[in-house]
Amino acid sequence: MATKLKEVDAVIVGLGWTGGILGKELAEAGLKVVALERGAMRDPAKDFAVPNIRDELRYVVRHDLMQNTARDTLTIRNNPSQEALPMRRLGSFLPGEVVGGSAVHWSGHTWRWTDMEFKVRSMYEERFGKNFIPADMTIQDWGITYAELEPYYDKFEYTAAISGKAGNIKGQIQPGGNPFEAPRARDYPLPPLTPILASEMFTAAAKNNGYHPFPRPSANASRAYTNPDGSKFGACQYCGHCQRFGCEANAKGSPQITVIPIAMRNPNFELRTNSWVTKVLKDSDGKRVTGVTYTNVLNGEEFEQPAGMVLLCAYAINNVHLMLLSGIGAPYDPVAQTGVIGKNYCYQTGAGATLFFEGRHFNPFMNAGGSNASIDDFNTNWDFDRGKLGFVGGYTVAGGFNTVLPIGYRPVPRGTPQWGKAWKAATAKWYQTAMNIGASGSVMANRYNYYDLDPTYRNAFGLPLMRMTFDYKANEHKMGEHAAQTINTIAKSMNPTHLTEATARTQPWTVVPYQSTHNTGGTIMGTNPRDSALNKYLQSWDCHNLFVVGANVFPHNASYNPTGPVGALAYWTADAIKNHYVKNPGPLVPA
Amino acid sequence: MKDQGFGRRDFLKGAVAGGAAAATTTVGLPQDAQAQQGAAAQAAAANPGYAFLNLDEAAFVEALVDHMVPADELSPKGTDIGINIYIDRALAGAWGKGERLYMQGPWKPGAPSQGYQLPLTPAQLYRAGIAATNAHCGKTYGKPFDRLTVEQREEVLVGLSTGKVAFEGGPPARVFWTTVYQTVMEGMFSDPIHGGNRDKAGWKLIGFPGAIAVHRENVEKYRDKKFPNDPVSIADMS
Repeated sequence: MATKLKEVDAVIVGLGWTGGILGKELAEAGLKVVALERGAMRDPAKDFAVPNIRDELRYVVRHDLMQNTARDTLTIRNNPSQEALPMRRLGSFLPGEVVGGSAVHWSGHTWRWTDMEFKVRSMYEERFGKNFIPADMTIQDWGITYAELEPYYDKFEYTAAISGKAGNIKGQIQPGGNPFEAPRARDYPLPPLTPILASEMFTAAAKNNGYHPFPRPSANASRAYTNPDGSKFGACQYCGHCQRFGCEANAKGSPQITVIPIAMRNPNFELRTNSWVTKVLKDSDGKRVTGVTYTNVLNGEEFEQPAGMVLLCAYAINNVHLMLLSGIGAPYDPVAQTGVIGKNYCYQTGAGATLFFEGRHFNPFMNAGGSNASIDDFNTNWDFDRGKLGFVGGYTVAGGFNTVLPIGYRPVPRGTPQWGKAWKAATAKWYQTAMNIGASGSVMANRYNYYDLDPTYRNAFGLPLMRMTFDYKANEHKMGEHAAQTINTIAKSMNPTHLTEATARTQPWTVVPYQSTHNTGGTIMGTNPRDSALNKYLQSWDCHNLFVVGANVFPHNASYNPTGPVGALAYWTADAIKNHYVKNPGPLVPA
Repeated sequence: MKDQGFGRRDFLKGAVAGGAAAATTTVGLPQDAQAQQGAAAQAAAANPGYAFLNLDEAAFVEALVDHMVPADELSPKGTDIGINIYIDRALAGAWGKGERLYMQGPWKPGAPSQGYQLPLTPAQLYRAGIAATNAHCGKTYGKPFDRLTVEQREEVLVGLSTGKVAFEGGPPARVFWTTVYQTVMEGMFSDPIHGGNRDKAGWKLIGFPGAIAVHRENVEKYRDKKFPNDPVSIADMS
């Protein structure tokens, strides 16, 4: 029997970037807030200290900061006719499971998604006609505009210490930045990171090919910084251990060194770690939520936490799982195309080439999380004509390094033996002489890519696992081919000693190896309750005191990393709650 | 095609069998056995002992890592780097026992895109895979893997890695191989604190500097220049 606790104004489920931002903002607005985090606290000063943090086996291979799949995982399949089986260990994506969430181990790449995403259906239909978008491609407009979100992007960038170079300030194109980005009010808070050889070589080659390279914006402080909240950052040390590690230099923009400690100093805010939420509770008529139930995983004790408002801020996948487990909103049915919870799950795609230059020293162990130069010519560039190519979406291309460590990264030219003296010699010879050029591509929503509850497999709490049905479609394959061509054109122009060319992906999505922790959709935002789960303020159409925050609200996935809009939307939602909802609780958008 | 000869397993088995005789007199030991005892003492210094592998498995793993990482001017051989010790410790520890592995059935083979689906922990997979590989070697060559010639060992590993060798009634050979290959690489390139990469030999091979704290100055200073090959481990900095 769960122990019923005293009601609070708001309960937050999951304490990463979004929970941290909302926790801080709502506690400062005077609300009594309790945050429930299933993971443990990690103190950067003790847990991320040198030398122990420099352990590839522990953090990269054995997933020390990640979700434990023995306790909770998903089942996966490529299409509805396949039998889904459990993802028995992590592979393709790596949700975090500590205070700070995946934002502890992220690399920090931070982009501003534009109206090309938010108005995706209307822009493509207007330019290419209604028949251009395939019938099974369930993309839709998001119900929000770039102009609305711009101040919140700015707020997030200044909070998270983004280093970068603006490309467009109030309509004025800035040399050295991304000329295709949407106009911004001001530059990034910090100048770009010091370039490495690989990013310099890519920049020169991309320019020679007529493209527009720029340093990738990322939450790695290029110098010591104090953000507007007073959180202090150290300067990035280019230690080469960024992605999948906590930062010992406090140089990575992460919630556990910014918004979370500020919230925790506020008497209105309480954090309970090791607290696993199993259900969001509804009142008898189903119009409001009344709180959550959770288990203290240190002793198995169960609690009910009543709350005036519930904010789901867990990893994107787990937010959707909780909605399905709680029976809030109609589950999506891909056959009837009814329901919304689980709809439009999307992922990302990519292609990559390895270039070997005899005699060069790339020193692949010296880099920041964002030591890349990128081009956006085939992504947020509406002049790039998809009409004749026949695909929706785009891809960015980048050259550089981010956390390439020797258990996982030892490039050798194709045809090299996998063991023995010849393998050793080739590994020794080429390790420092190789660089990569890679593309990250969007994935458009498809009718048959979705989540629901698995009929067979259960988690450690006896609850059904979530089932993920996903594969790449013809649209992604066409785009992948174009991306591989672009990569190979740039790579060949650099005259490498050896080139392992990029190839377009044609195989089904697989759960191994690692690809990207950019899972989106499942509880999408939109303009009406028939085709979306949430309104533009990330408020549930079904229960007005429930907000669901994270990449699970994206109606499709772009080529950019998701954290920019995830952070901006968290601030946007915080403002909507503070300035409107608290004063007049009810739907913020009429259904 | 030379037999690999008298192995460590033979000596240890002989030592147990000869225990009773040795207890009555140490004077009467033949010259050969005395030499073997000396060799065993040396081996014990380099080999702290096994926590998981039995004699047959230890012989297999030692032969495997010495074949995959042979000694030459670039590095010592696999057992001299401690890759066998790394593997033993990994299998004996939490990872080997299936920590973080979802182990609930039902069990189905699934499609390759669905990843690992065996009802085995890594330690169980290793044990079953070694037995199955040795059974294959017995059937094909009349000897276990550690008694094969270099050429025969190569043939077996190529067979495992390309799917030409199949195990009857055991786990899929390719899944076993994937795990074996990954653990050999981990034993060569992970921090020495985990039991392998002894004297940072794997890092020295490629010039990886290890647990170095900061590169902020180095990123410009060493741009397109060779960085000193003098790696630092966690223990060095502790």
